[in-house]
Order: sequence, then C-alpha cells, then structure tokens
Amino acid sequence: MGKTISEKIFDSHLVDNPSGDIHVIRLDAVFCHEITTPVAINDLVARGKDRVFDPDKIKAVIDHVTPAKDSKTAMQGKILREWALRHNIKDFFDIGRNGVCHAIFPEKGFVHPGYTVIMGDSHTCTHGAFGAFAAGVGTTDLEVGILKGVCAFQYPSTIKINISGQMPEGVYAKDVILSIIGRLGVNGATDKIVEFAGPVVDAMSMEARMTCCNMAVEAGATSGICLPDMTTVEYLWEFIKDEHTTKEAAARAYQKLYPDPDAIYESIIDHDISRLEPLVTFGYKPDQVKPVKEMQGIKIDQVYIGSCTNGRIEDLRVAAQILKGEKISDSVRGILSPATPKVFSQAMEEGILKIFMDAGFCVTNPTCGACLGMSNGVLAQGEVCASTTNRNFNGRMGKGGMVHLMSPATAAASAIAGYITNSRLYIGLRD
Amino acid sequence: MKNFSGKVLFLDRSDINTDEIIPAKYLSEISKEALKPYLLEDLRLDGFSPNQDIEGKSVIITRENFGCGSSREHAPWALETNGINLIIAESFARIFRQNMFNCGMMAVALPAGAIDRIFKQFSGKDTFLETDLQKNIFIIKAGGLTEEISFNISDFQRALVDAGGWVEYADSRY
Ligand code: SF4
Repeated sequence: MGKTISEKIFDSHLVDNPSGDIHVIRLDAVFCHEITTPVAINDLVARGKDRVFDPDKIKAVIDHVTPAKDSKTAMQGKILREWALRHNIKDFFDIGRNGVCHAIFPEKGFVHPGYTVIMGDSHTCTHGAFGAFAAGVGTTDLEVGILKGVCAFQYPSTIKINISGQMPEGVYAKDVILSIIGRLGVNGATDKIVEFAGPVVDAMSMEARMTCCNMAVEAGATSGICLPDMTTVEYLWEFIKDEHTTKEAAARAYQKLYPDPDAIYESIIDHDISRLEPLVTFGYKPDQVKPVKEMQGIKIDQVYIGSCTNGRIEDLRVAAQILKGEKISDSVRGILSPATPKVFSQAMEEGILKIFMDAGFCVTNPTCGACLGMSNGVLAQGEVCASTTNRNFNGRMGKGGMVHLMSPATAAASAIAGYITNSRLYIGLRD
Repeated sequence: MKNFSGKVLFLDRSDINTDEIIPAKYLSEISKEALKPYLLEDLRLDGFSPNQDIEGKSVIITRENFGCGSSREHAPWALETNGINLIIAESFARIFRQNMFNCGMMAVALPAGAIDRIFKQFSGKDTFLETDLQKNIFIIKAGGLTEEISFNISDFQRALVDAGGWVEYADSRY
C-alpha cells in the first residue's frame, strides 16, 4: 500500500506502537522557548530527572518577551538560559542573537526534509514547509522530548490540498492560507496533516510555504507539510552541502520522501486561487474570513507587521513597496517587528527599515512582541489592530482588543489609510 | 489516579480556545497554582461568570473543538488546580486532548447526539457526574433524573491515566 510523505517519515522514526494507531517516534530536533520550557524544566528538576537526551538536538531561544518586560518574564529567561548552559546546549539564542522561533530555526538550517520536530508551541507546524514532520506539543510532551527524544502521535492521516491557478496581483501566501482555513473551518483538519501541493505551492518561495504551513494549526491540523524540492535545497544548501555532491543530487535524494502514486489520503481538495481576493478576518476565529473590500473602511488603531507568519524579509519587502514615500495615518500606531536579526539587518541594508520609519512606523527588535499580547504593543480595551499574525482570538493581543488578520500588503495599505483597505489601491496609485 | 467525579459545569459553546481558558498574560507564571484564579477569565458566554460558576465544579461538559489554539499546557493546569480533571465534549483540539492525558487527566469525546441530550436534560440543573473507569460509563444525576452513558478511551490514554501521566510512562519505557 502506498504511503504519504508523513507516513514515510513516521515509519522511518518508529520506536513503539503502544496501542492502536498511536506511534511513539524518535525526534531529530526538540525546539524550546522561554514561555513553555521553564515549566518543563522545573518539573523535570522536581522529578529528579534534570537530563537531556542529546544537547545537540535541542535548540532554544528567548523570543516571546525579549528584552524581559518584568521580573516574571526575566525569571523565565533566566531558567532557560541556565538550563541551556548546564546541559551544554550550544544552539541557544539570547538577546542580540534571538528572533521568533519559527523564523530563526529554519534560518539556521535546523530543519531538514524528513526530520521529526516538536516544540512547546502550536505554530511548530511552520517547519513542515521543509518536508519535515513538525508538530506543536504541550509541556509534558516537551518534557519527554527533552528527556528521551521521543513523542507519541496518532499515525498521520493526510488531507491534500492541490492549489492551482494564477496568483492574482495583490494576493499573497497569507491570503491563500486564510482562504483554505475559511474553507476547512477551525477544526476541519483536527488530527490530520495538511499537505500543501500543486503548481502554486511548487512556485512558492520557502517564506511563502512557511506562511502556509504556519497557519495549518488554525484549521486544527497537527502539521502542514510541503514536498521538498529545488527551492528547499537552495534555501538549505549552506547547511546540507556536505551531505550531497550537488544540489540536483540533494533534490533527488529528497524525492525518496515523496508520496507514492497510490498513497491514501483522507481527502484531496482542489483549491483554485485564480479569483482569490485579498482576505481579512472579521471575528474571533481564524476561519471567519471576508474579502478586504467587504471590510473596507473599518477603523484601526494599530498595525502590526511581524510574527512567525509574516515577519520575514519577503513580507517586509512587500509592505515596504506600499509604504515607500507614504505616511501612515495620524490615527494609527504602526509597529514592525522583523522576525530575526538576519531579517533585521537585511531590511536595514535594503533600506526597508528606513522606509518603515519614514512612514511613521516604530521598528522593534526581533521578538514575538505584540502577537501574543504580552509586550511591545498590547491593545487597550476596544482597540482594533490590523495584524499580519495568525490568531485573532478574543483578547489575543490584549483584553478587549480586536485583531484582524491580513497579509503584510493589506496591513501596510491599511496603515496609510487608517482603516482596512486594499493594497491594490496603493500599488495602482503609484503605477 | 485523579478524581473524575463531581459537580458539572456546562459550557454551551463550540470552539472554546486556550486563550479563553487561560489568557496569555498569565503565561509568565511558572507555578501551576498561580493560574487558579484566572481559569476561563476571558470566556465569552451568556450567563457564565467565572467568579461564581467554577467554584466546586469537577467536570466540564461542552460542545465541539474544545481547547483549540495555543499548545499551552497551562490550560489543563488551570483546570487541574481548580479541581477539574475531566472534560466531556463533542470533540477536542489535538494538543489540548493530548495535554490532558499527558497530565493524567481525561478529555473524553461523546457523539453530538449524546452531548445534545445531556445539555437538554441536565444543563441549568444542579448536576453530578460519576465516572466508572471499570465499566467505562458516566453516571449523570440531577434531582430524580439519572442517565448512564458509556464512553471510550484508547488503551494508551488509559495507560497514561493509570500511570499519572506521560513523563513517568515514557521514562520507564524508552
Ligand atoms: S510570533 Fe506569535 S504565533 Fe508566532 S511563535 Fe511568536 S507568539 Fe506564537
């Protein structure tokens, strides 16, 4: 019987099959950040199990609240920092070298095709963009991952989404994934892997693939996944070149992971994006999406560009194109958080930071910042934020605040207008 | 093993997410006990008041996709510190369900029809639920009304409940 890519990855990592379709798999990487890991560390210490399975396979970053905003977040950083030191975890990224986990770990080449990865963070699915099985887990799973290098999952069943059509102007990966979540619903993919396939995905950059996989969990999915190809190889080449003679050879080797022609899918969905319009969310659930034009004119107080969804260099470039020579509305606070130091310095070299600052944006250090409503732009009661992040839950960016999710282009255009609006207007205006 | 019986809190809504169960601003807490006062603080639900309705409850019965959103295990912990170790729903988000069993707690799915019937018969009443883990049944009681409902959990989930969670289970085996 044919297998999907996820089934192949599971089979090659099988450790135990304790019951039914539960598979305990071996992990190639365990990622850690300072919000969910300290509790795991404290618990391991309390149990007398303060050990790590392999310090080289554990990667850690302080990213959610950095620099620390108060004594409690300072303590979270301290616990993680001391633990990394104590266990000789060399890939630990502290302030000055830190960035949003799901942006910095791929950048460092920590995820290869065929890998299995867990992290105590629901958007770990982002790393599926590299043809890996990567899933968010809770603290206890993280503890066991740290201790034993294993995790238990249901054997994967996959929904394949064939994305086809010509990407219309002003439409980006974010609009594509919002349209898919709108179609599947917030639990349409629960306990499933979403495999993004088809010509649109083949043509996407790694950044765009990460944006899609990042939000798979918003449809309930265990993970998103894309097939590794030449684009993947190019992105990772610096980190994989010792294992392969040429790029072509690497791409060929990764084809072993490709689904068999007779692989069995839970379902296959054809998703044509030729007529897709820029989208925005309107409620407190990420599947509540509408075309921007139906939300045109909704007043906003803050614009946030950043996060593991849309804080990468491509995202900043697109937004900068729209902001160039413009000023954001007096009634809007604009915040840009480049996702990593590399993105930050690239944006600096390309003049992108200056464009943002000239337009009136505040540029923060790389961090999750306002995305989770803990620091760097928390909303006040009744305020509205146009945001490139991935979650619009009630209270997500601050109690009583409203979050509208959208692409960096739509967010930049809305910052200028002071209300939700279509970026095409701005591109059109200048052309 | 944890206690899976007691008074029932009915939450008649789908898609109750982890931000509603425990808002992100409390994630800087590093002890479970500190989360106790904030359970369901941001839940938007008519007639529900966290200050009045949580005290004394041990079981939650709710609708679809409970626990969606973030991976934070703070959600089960906030429940646990309030003495709530059992959630019964039509369905759960994967990470939340796994987190519950990993902590030796239970997240049990029942068919939509059964949940609907329970809501019709019992919500709004002073309801008590008893869990019989030998026979795999819930016994639900309010006033003179009693209903028995059978449920299923996998052998693996049961092993986690018996072991008191995944850390002990995994460390002794792998
Ligand atoms: S940027 Fe937001 S969604 Fe991404 S890891 Fe950070 S807090 Fe989570």
